[in-house]
Amino acid sequence: MIREVKTEEELLEIFNAKISDGIKIEPKDWMPEDYRKHLQRQMSQHAHSEIIGMQPEGNWILRAPTLRAKVILLAKVQDEAGHGLYLYSASETLGKSRDEYIHELQTGKAKYSSIFNYPTLSWADIGAVGWLVDGAAIVNQVSLQRTSYGPYSRAMVRICKEESFHQRQGYEIMARLAQGTPEQKEMAQDALNRFWWPSLMMFGPHDADSPRSGNAMKWKIKLESNDELRQSFIDKTVQQAEVIGLTIPDPDLKWNEERGHYDFGEINWDEFWNVVKGNGPCNKQRIDHHTKAHEEGAWVREAANAYAKKNN
Amino acid sequence: MDTQGEIWEVFIQSKPGLAHKHVGNVHAMGKEMALQNARDLYTRRKEGTCIWVVKHQDIVSSVPDDDGSFFEPSNDKIYRAATYYEIPEGAKHI
Repeated sequence: MIREVKTEEELLEIFNAKISDGIKIEPKDWMPEDYRKHLQRQMSQHAHSEIIGMQPEGNWILRAPTLRAKVILLAKVQDEAGHGLYLYSASETLGKSRDEYIHELQTGKAKYSSIFNYPTLSWADIGAVGWLVDGAAIVNQVSLQRTSYGPYSRAMVRICKEESFHQRQGYEIMARLAQGTPEQKEMAQDALNRFWWPSLMMFGPHDADSPRSGNAMKWKIKLESNDELRQSFIDKTVQQAEVIGLTIPDPDLKWNEERGHYDFGEINWDEFWNVVKGNGPCNKQRIDHHTKAHEEGAWVREAANAYAKKNN
Repeated sequence: MDTQGEIWEVFIQSKPGLAHKHVGNVHAMGKEMALQNARDLYTRRKEGTCIWVVKHQDIVSSVPDDDGSFFEPSNDKIYRAATYYEIPEGAKHI
């Protein structure tokens, strides 16, 4: 068997041809360093978001109003842990270990979705998180099922299968509260008021202000732009709010017949960047809690490793 | 340096009669833990009837990109495909 050594130029040509033909890139394939770096950053950020996202919801497990609500929320939070693990597994195929990814999260080098830096103040917030935050995540993740990196795409397919339960359980909570007493309806409206704008921010800056988007689109890591995905989420969600009698907190929200989409007001980008930079209501608490749990679990990992060694 | 355990690749048979299919991996210390973690992570919704876990480092893989010649032998044996053969007009069930 003759092994031919290809130049970097030839390898790049093969890579680009695969991308344009829609052939997935797999871990052992040659890929440009920037493509690898972009995926490491995006996929680990996605994984971290699933893991940190357990905290605002976990906050209500012990205070869930009924046993039914409690088992549902427990199952949902367990799914989020699972989604984080699918994504760490996929991220590790890029040649960086889970330890390294976790270290980057805890030292602030890696980010996670800003939405999880907002507190869950009432039971209705659990409804809003499922309906809006998972709803926004689904729009993004459905699109990412077609991403060019094989392991990422497969993780997204798996996650999307499980995610619609998450959104529906949240919407059910909101619908029930909205049909309840005036106080309960007010609670639901208040949760919608607080989570609406941060949910829209989940899609990231406007396309014009999103420096990394160009490469991500060129490499088909992302198939739709931030603004396209955001619009798609808004178009879906407005009707859902109307059905349960809640009001989206945006005076500029209006159906635009010509565009076939809703027009909406400007997002407060100062708030977005402020939270990204670490100054949101819960940034410090989230990372402190993660680090504490990680450190307190160290002895369990040590013991398990010692046991495995002894039995080998 | 902390350790997250070894990586174990997970294969699941979704129902009797089907082949086991790769679904992803788990970290675990030892094979029992690998099997339990795989169950918790990949079969929360009755996705399987049987799970295999295999240490990642024990898997030997071909290298796709710089070794296209690895699969070369199959290219020049087109007579292995059924469509290669000429069948007389009118012959049925073949």
